[in-house]
Amino acid sequence: MECRMPSVWSILGLATAIKVLLVPAYKSTDFEVHRNWMAITYSLPTSKWYTESTSEWTLDYPPFFAWFEWALAQAASWADPAMLEVPRLNYASHATVAFQRGSVIVSEVALLAAAWWACRSLGRRAQSLALALVALHPGLIMVDHIHFQYNGILLGIFVASMAALRDGQHLLGAALFAVLLNFKHIFLYAAPVYFVFLLRHYCRGRSAPSRFLLLGCIVAAVFLLSMGPFVTRGQAGQLASRLFPFDRGLVHAYWAPNFWALYAAADKVLAAAVRRSGRWLPPTARMTGGLVGTAAFEVLPPVGSRATALVTLVAMAPCLLHTWRFPNPARFPQAALHCTLVSFFFGYHVHEKAILMVLVPGAVFVVHEAHPALANRFFFLTTLGTYSLFPLLYRPEEYSIKVLLLVLYTASAPQLLSWQLGTPSRLHTLPGAYLWGLVGVEAASSWILPYLLGSRLPFLPLALVSCYCAVGMGAALIWSSFSYISPPEPKRAPH
Amino acid sequence: MASQVPPRLLACWVILLAVLLRVILGLHSYSGAGVPPKYGDYEAQRHWMEITINLPLSQWYTNSTQNDLAYWGLDYPPLSAYQSWVHGKVLQRWVPEAVALGSSRGIETPRSKLALRQTVLASDLAVYFPAAAFLALTLHGARLSRQAITTLAQLLLGPGLILIDHGHFQFNCINLGLTLAAVACTLRGSLLAGAALFCAALNHKQMILYFAPAFFSHMLGTCLQQRSAWGKLFLLASIGGVVLASFGIVWVPFLATPGGPLPVLRRIFPTARGLFEDYVANLWCASSLAIKWRRLLAPSQLLRLCAAGTLAAVLPAMACQLRRPTRRAFLLGLANSSLAFFLLAYQVHEKSVLLPLAALGTLGGPTAELAQYVGVYSMLPLLRKDGLATAAAAVAVAYAAVLGTLRPALPPAWRAARAVFLAGAAAITVGFWAVPPPPRYPFLEDAACMAWCCTALVCLFGYTNVLQVQECWGPGAARRGRHGKRKGA
Repeated sequence: MECRMPSVWSILGLATAIKVLLVPAYKSTDFEVHRNWMAITYSLPTSKWYTESTSEWTLDYPPFFAWFEWALAQAASWADPAMLEVPRLNYASHATVAFQRGSVIVSEVALLAAAWWACRSLGRRAQSLALALVALHPGLIMVDHIHFQYNGILLGIFVASMAALRDGQHLLGAALFAVLLNFKHIFLYAAPVYFVFLLRHYCRGRSAPSRFLLLGCIVAAVFLLSMGPFVTRGQAGQLASRLFPFDRGLVHAYWAPNFWALYAAADKVLAAAVRRSGRWLPPTARMTGGLVGTAAFEVLPPVGSRATALVTLVAMAPCLLHTWRFPNPARFPQAALHCTLVSFFFGYHVHEKAILMVLVPGAVFVVHEAHPALANRFFFLTTLGTYSLFPLLYRPEEYSIKVLLLVLYTASAPQLLSWQLGTPSRLHTLPGAYLWGLVGVEAASSWILPYLLGSRLPFLPLALVSCYCAVGMGAALIWSSFSYISPPEPKRAPH
Repeated sequence: MASQVPPRLLACWVILLAVLLRVILGLHSYSGAGVPPKYGDYEAQRHWMEITINLPLSQWYTNSTQNDLAYWGLDYPPLSAYQSWVHGKVLQRWVPEAVALGSSRGIETPRSKLALRQTVLASDLAVYFPAAAFLALTLHGARLSRQAITTLAQLLLGPGLILIDHGHFQFNCINLGLTLAAVACTLRGSLLAGAALFCAALNHKQMILYFAPAFFSHMLGTCLQQRSAWGKLFLLASIGGVVLASFGIVWVPFLATPGGPLPVLRRIFPTARGLFEDYVANLWCASSLAIKWRRLLAPSQLLRLCAAGTLAAVLPAMACQLRRPTRRAFLLGLANSSLAFFLLAYQVHEKSVLLPLAALGTLGGPTAELAQYVGVYSMLPLLRKDGLATAAAAVAVAYAAVLGTLRPALPPAWRAARAVFLAGAAAITVGFWAVPPPPRYPFLEDAACMAWCCTALVCLFGYTNVLQVQECWGPGAARRGRHGKRKGA
C-alpha cells in the first residue's frame, strides 16, 4: 500500500505529544539531582558549585553542564522560585515538574536540529526519516522523558560534531567535541578516535604543525573557558575528584550489559560452585546491593580502573589503527560510534543508560550512510540496547509504556529504513533469533522468575537481562569491528 | 512522496499507538481526584463495582443502609451494573481493598488506580477495538485498504473518547463499541444481529438512545423495501422479537425483584434533573445566555419542549432513511440523530458529545476530523477541572499528526473551516488567559467556549442534514451512496 512519509510537523507533533503526556510518569532520583544542581548554580557563587554538599547529589558534571543548569535556573525562577533553594531537598511542586520536564523537551531541540543538519545533503525525505528515528527513539524517551536526564542536548552536540568532521569542517567538529566533553566527560569514550582522526586527516601535509597548533589552541581555549575559573581558585583537585569518582566500583548496582556483567556473573557461578564443593570463602564478598557501592568479587581477581582502560584501548586498537592508516571522513561517525560502543563494553563503572550514546547518533548516521549491513546492525543494537534499559523503569504503571514504545519502534524502523535503502533489509537468522529471544528473557525476568522466586534473589531477573544483553552487545561489537576494518560493500543507491 | 508499506503493519501501528496513548494517559489525573467527600466519575464507577459485588442484585438500585443512593447510586441500565460486577470480581481478587464494602470509599492508592485504569483498558481492547476494526473493514471492503486504516485510526485515535475513558474515567468504550458493532452488522445486512447489539449498547448506557431514531428508521425503511407484504411484516416482526428478547435477557433478573424494574427505570431516567448540566455546547445552554429558559418554563414544559424540538430535528434524517435506506444514509442518519439529541434533548451532559463524534467518525472524512476538534474543545471546561487540559491538547495533536499522514490532503474549504474554528478556540483560550474574566462572571470563558462549540456543531448539523437530503432526493442520488463514498473528500 502506498503511504506518504509523515511530514516534519506530524513527526514532531506526535513525538512532542507523547513526551508531554509523559509529564506525570515515574521520575528517578535524577529529577532531584537536576533540581539540586539548578538550585546550586542559581543561588551560590561559582566558587561553591563544586564544594557545596547539602544534598547527597553533588554536582559531578563538568562546568559547561553546570552553566547549562544555571541557564535553566534563570527560566525556572519564573516558573517556581522555590525549586531554586538548595535546602529544599526533594522539592517537586506541579510547576517544578512541569518546568523540568518541559526543559528536557525543549533542550532536545538541539538533537533534532543536529539530526536535521547532519542529513541536509540528502533532502527533505531523509531528513524527516532521521528526525523520526531520533525523536521517537524509545531509549531516549525512556531515559530522558520518563527516568529524567538531559541526554538530548548532549547527543545533539555529539551528532553535530561527528557530522562536521564527516563534512570536512575539522575545526568546528573539534571545537564542538571539546565543548561536549565539558558538558559531560563520559564522551571521553570517543576521544581516542577523534584524536587519531584529526591527527591523520587534518594535521597533514606541509602545514601540519600549524594546523596541529591551531587545533590544540581551540581545544585548549574551550577547556580554559570551562575549567579555568575553577582551576585558578585552586579547585582543580576538588573538580577532578567530583568528575572521576573511582571509588564507585567496576559495575553499577544494575549491571550494564557489558563484559563486566558477564565477568561478575561468572564470579557468582564460580563462587556457588566452590561453596557446593565444601570450600570456605572469605565473608567479605558482597553483591553490589547499594546504589553506589563497591563491588568485590569472590573468586575472580578484582579489576581496577586502569585495567579496564587498558582492555578498552586494546579492544579499540583495530579501529584506531584502521583510522590511522585510512582516515576516511565518510566513515568517521561509524568509527566514533564503534569506539563508544567499545568503551561501553569494557569501561569502568558504566551505566546502562550510556548505550544511548551509540544508539541515538547511530539512528542519524544509519540514514545518512543508507547501507543495508549498517542498517541491520543498527536495528539489532537499538532493539537490544533499548531492551537493556527496561529495568530502569520498574513500576507497573510504566510497564506497558516501555514495551509499547519499543515494539512500535522496532516494528516501524526497518520499514522506514527500507524506504531509504530502497530494499527491505532483513536480519540474518542468528541475530533475528537472538532478538526474538528477548521476548523469552522478558517473560522470564518480569513474569516467570518473580512468580517462582517470590522475594528471594531479587537480583537474579536483572542479572539475567544484563547477561543476555551483554552477549548480544559483545556479538554486535565483534560484528561492528570486522565490518569496520573490512572494505565496505558497494553502497546501493537509494531509489 | 509515497512509499510501499504492508497494510497489516500500518494497521498494527495504528492499534499499538492507540493503546500507547491510552496507557500513558492513564498516568494522569482523573475525575474528582483528591476531592473528597464526593470525588467524581472515577469514584462513581469504583463505587458501583463495590456495590454490585457486595450486595444482592435486588438492592443495587434501591436505597438502603449499605447503599446510599445519594452517594453515586447506580443510575445506568443493568448491563453497566453487570459490567461493574465483572470488574468488581476481578478487582476483588487482585486489589480487594479497592472494592471492600464501605471501607473502600474514596480509595486513591496507586495500586487501586492502576487496577481501575486497567479495567477500562481491558474493556476497550475487548469491545471497542474489535468493533472499530470490524466496522472499518465493513465500510471499505474486507481488504485492509488505506481507507479502512484511516477509518480505524479515526475511530481508535479520536481524542474525545480516549480522554473521557482513560483520563476522566468512564466506560463509554463498551457502549460505543457495541454501537459500532451494531452499525457494522446493520451495514452488512444482518439486521437482527445489529438490533441485538444496539439493544445491548442501549442497556449499557441510556444515552445510546440518541442513535435510536437512526436505527429505527433504517430498519423500518429496510423492512419497507421488501418485495411482498409478508416479507415486510416478517422482517419487522423478527426485529421486534429480537429487541424484546434482548431486553428480556438483560432485565429478567430485575423482574423477579420485589419492586420490579420500576425503581431501576426511575434511576435511569431522572427527569427531575435540570435542562442541562454545567456548560454543555447545546442549543438550550447556548440560548440560555440570552433566554432564561429555566425561569420561563416549568420543568415539565421544558421536557415537552425538548422532546418536540428533538423530534423535529431528527425528522428529516428519519424521513430520508424511510425513503431510501442506503448505507450512507444510515451513517448520515446516525450523525444527524445523535447531533439532534445532543443539541436539543433534555438533560444533556458535555460528555454526550462523544456520541455524535463516534457517528461522524464512522462517516469519516474532513467532517469527522473537524468534529473531533470541536468535541474536545467543548469538553475543555470539564477536562480542565480534571487536570487534563494539557493532556487533551497532546492527545489531539497526536491524532492530528497520524490522521494528517494517513488521509488525503484536506480540500481548501475544510482547511479554512478548521482554521477558523481553531483560531476562534485559540483566541478564547489565550484571550481569557491573558485577560482573566471579572470576578462577577467567573464562568465567562466556559460560556464563550460553549457558545463557540455550539455554533460549530450547529453548522456541522446543517451540513450533514444537507448531505442526508442530497443522499435521498438530490441529483444522482441513485448513483451515489451505494458504497458510502464521498466524492472529492
